Formats: sequence, structure tokens, C-alpha cells
Amino acid sequence: MNPKLAQKIAFVFLLIATLCVIVPVLIILFIIVKQGYSAITWEFLTTMPRDGMRAGGIFPAIVGTLSIVLTAISITLPIGVGAAIYLNEYAGDNALTRIIKLSIVNLAGVPSVVYGLFGLGLFVIFLNLGVSILAGALTLSIMELPVIITTARGALSSVPQSFREASLSLGVSRWQTTRYVVLPNALPGIMTGAILSIARISGETAPILFTAAAFYVPHLPRSMFDQVMALPYHLYIMSTQIPNVPKNLTFGTALVLLMLVLAMSLVAIVTRVYFRKRRKW
Amino acid sequence: MPLKKIDVENLNLYYSSFHALKSVSLSVAPNRITSIIGPSGCGKSTLLRTFNRINDTIEGIKITGEVRIDGSNIYDDGYDVDALRRKVGMVFQRPNPFPLSIYENVAFGLKIHAMASGAVLDAIVEESLKDVLLWDDLKDKLRRSALELSLEERQRLCIARLIAVKPDIILLDEPCSALDPIATLRIEELMVELKKKYTILIVTHNMQQAARISDDTGFMLLGELIEFGITSKIFTNPAMKQTEDYVTGRFG
Ligand SMILES: Nc1ncnc2c1ncn2[C@@H]1O[C@H](COP(=O)(O)OP(=O)(O)OP(=O)(O)O)[C@@H](O)[C@H]1O
Ligand SMILES: [Mg+2]
Repeated sequence: MNPKLAQKIAFVFLLIATLCVIVPVLIILFIIVKQGYSAITWEFLTTMPRDGMRAGGIFPAIVGTLSIVLTAISITLPIGVGAAIYLNEYAGDNALTRIIKLSIVNLAGVPSVVYGLFGLGLFVIFLNLGVSILAGALTLSIMELPVIITTARGALSSVPQSFREASLSLGVSRWQTTRYVVLPNALPGIMTGAILSIARISGETAPILFTAAAFYVPHLPRSMFDQVMALPYHLYIMSTQIPNVPKNLTFGTALVLLMLVLAMSLVAIVTRVYFRKRRKW
Repeated sequence: MPLKKIDVENLNLYYSSFHALKSVSLSVAPNRITSIIGPSGCGKSTLLRTFNRINDTIEGIKITGEVRIDGSNIYDDGYDVDALRRKVGMVFQRPNPFPLSIYENVAFGLKIHAMASGAVLDAIVEESLKDVLLWDDLKDKLRRSALELSLEERQRLCIARLIAVKPDIILLDEPCSALDPIATLRIEELMVELKKKYTILIVTHNMQQAARISDDTGFMLLGELIEFGITSKIFTNPAMKQTEDYVTGRFG
């Protein structure tokens, strides 16, 4: 075949492949917005469901999701960043670190429903936390740990070795070097990773199914030990468990969840771009 | 016995199984510039980096022998490495200022070591920048990012950052290799100025540089210190054949 023609065909094929990525995103957005936007009112966002979820709002589900997710990230972030610092800045290459790294990889591969069962067994039953925000958050935090560790390690590794050497060569200890040189420079990367993690776990259903989520709770959570409604689970209930839910309520809920996730991803992207621009090394 | 700042005795260093320094012994007198020359890969940087133990964390490294600084062996168990590095500072090949302001760069070590604050800190920053001849140019730009500076200015800033914490010994690993010839000459002048206060060791590829500024010179080859002595002697009347071949450019 004529190489010019081959190039054209390849180009067109690659372009189509790329468009295939955008199309589903647009279709999903289009359908959800089209069917759901009529439900989005101030009342929908700030009131309790009524008439067995067939009317009213989704306020408790929003609050429930936010409380589970924010609790989860505040557990997983310090542990994950701590582990990343240890692995990147301190650990030598020995059997223990190899086992740790292998565990992280394996943890990342566990299906989320398995985390749900594990959380049920360990937190809900064995530790007797009951179906609660705390149990759900702990389950999610373990699920998200490998992601946090991996992104934090990436952020730490991107800090040039020459910064560490410069600091050490001034007699600054290794911990102080980590604290005052490495961490501040890795922070934007760590924070974007954390925000993306929040976005990701906001939509998770399986891990909170047995550990935190409730079908219906007529009040807002009063403590960490309360069950809560959660957006993804609420969506599942409305679409499969209750007959005659107005379609726009279901899609409206999906839209809120989607917007929450997209907004957080956007924040993460803006943060990253902002710090990329300022960073000159 | 002559005054010795650094005294190296029978130093061997292995990167895993690779023998990078072979029975190196030498002594460095205070307030002199000592240069280490030799072909690429002969172990110059490795030797320099043993003096502030910045190689300590490399996987599989093994060091035998003694490096005595002010009389005590820095490789003794329990020797305070952070204190050592405050005394023995280092300037690197690529200028490596932190991504902070000019002021914060110079103040960095002082703040962390809680050596000074407030007006005293300002004064030390000023004095350090004056010592490296940056003060007049930068005194109105102290809040600007250090990354806006030219390479030469960055390297001077790195030296200022170091002398602000008042080391005793300054190690420089090819400090001019990223600089143009004029900047190189000016940094050389600076080193000659600095030797009044500090003991200076410099690794260089540039034989003219070693000849111009150093009092003593060591020539290394394949991990061995072939010859060590007064610079003029090394360059004009070396004792060893290999040294002569190298300094006359007949090496290879
Ligand atoms: N971390 C390391 N692990 C294994 N080998 C190393 C390591 N660092 C250096 N070497 C080896 O040790 C030898 C000496 O290296 P060194 O960097 O000290 O040489 P140098 O004289 O400074 O060279 P150059 O002039 O190129 O800077 C080289 O053969 C190098 O490959
Ligand atoms: Mg070198």
C-alpha cells in the first residue's frame, strides 16, 4: 500500500479510537442531565425523602456520603502518606519491604465487594462497630490505602534527589529533610491524589453496602456509630427496590452524585495545573 | 606534627562488589584548597562524599579504614552524622537551590538549626550573601524565587546557603562544570577568598582550574590515589609516571 495512504488510514483509525473515549462520556452526561435536571431544586438537595422515596429530597444521602467519605480519607491519608514516606525515604531494599510492596499491589487488586464482606466481618461484627459511618469509612479507607500510597510515593519520588542532598549537606537530619524539604514539595501531588480518591470512593457501593448504608433513616447522622443513607446506595434502591419512583428523581440523584465526583476531579485538576505552573524544577 | 584538618588512612570503599576506593590515605591542612583530579569514573566524587558521609544510605556500600576530622574518626560507631555535616558542607555539580525565595534559601539551615531569628537572621543572610558577592545585586530582590537566578548566581547562592550555617570544611564537586568560563573564573576567585575562613576540597575535571587555585593536589586513577602533594610539584615535577601522563595530556 502507498505509505501516504497507509498513514492517512492509520490516522483516521487512531482518531476514531480516541473519539470512542469521549462519546460515552458525552452520552452518559447527556442522558443523566436530560432526565435528571428537572429534579434538581433547592428542596431536592436539602430535604428528607417523602412518600417512601417517591418524593422529597436526598439531603440525608448527601450528608451520609460526605460523612463516610471524609471520615475514610482522614483515616487513610495519614496512614497512606506515612507508609509512602517510610517506603520512599527510609526503607532499604530487603525482604520486609518487598513483602510490603507486594501487599500493596495485592490490596489494589481485591474486588470492592470483597472489601465489603471483609468490613462486615471485621468492623461491623468482630469489632462490634455495627453498621455505621465508622465501619463504612474504615472499610473504604483500607480499600483506598494502596491508591493513596501509590500516588503519594509518586509525589515523593518526583521531588529531586538534589533537594534532599542539599538539605542533608547542611547538617539537616533525615526527618527534618523529609518534613521541611520533601513533604512541602510533594504536597500538591499528594493533595490531588487525595481529592481524586475522595471522588472515587464517593461512588463506591459494594464496600458500604453491608457496613454503613441504610435503606432509609429519617434523621441526619448523630454520631460515627449511626447508619446513614448514601447516594450510590440510595440510587440503587430507587431504581430497583421501590416501584413507581418518578424517573427524574432517580436521574436527579445520579446527577448529584456525578456532579459531586466531577467537581472534585475538577478541583484536583485545577490544583495540579496551578502547582505545575509554579513549579520550575 | 603538622596541623591536620582531615586525615584519611587506608580508606577502602565498595559499591556492593565494586572496589571504588583502594587504600586511599592523605591529609589535608586547614585553610588550604586541595583539589582532586583524575579521569572520569576514577572515584573523585566517591572520595569527596566520604568526608560528609552523604553516601551512607546507598544500598550495598561498605567502607573500611578511617577518616579523621579534627582528630576523631567520623566512621566510628555513634558518631553524630548530622553534626558532621554541619561542620563539613557540600556544594554540588548542578546548582541546587530550593524552590524558595533567595532569602529563604540562605536562611534555611539557620532556621532549622534554630541558630538565629529576626534581626540576627537578617544579618547573617546579608553577611553570607556579601561573602559570595551577591548582596549588591540581590539586596532588593531577596523575596524573589531563587529559581529566577542565572546558573552562576544559583551556585553562589548555594555557597551562601552553606556558609550561613558556618561550616569548617567546604567540599565542592565540580562546582563550575555547569558554568561558562567567565563565571568559572569568578567562582574561582571566590574560593580563593573563602579559604581564609574555610578548608576547601574541590573535585575538578579542569586541570587549569586545579593549577590556578589549589595549594595541594591529589591525582586519582581507578580508585587509587596515585599521588598527592603540593600543586606546583604535581603539575611540574610529578613523582609518578601516570601523573605526568595525565597532567601533560598524554593520558590514555
Ligand atoms: N552508587 C553507585 N553504585 C555503584 N557504583 C557506583 C556508584 N557511584 C559511583 N559508582 C562507580 O564508582 C566509580 C567512581 O565513581 P565516581 O562518581 O566517584 O567517579 P568520578 O571520578 O567522580 O567521575 P566523574 O569525573 O565522571 O564525576 C565509577 O566507576 C562509578 O561507576
Ligand atoms: Mg564525579
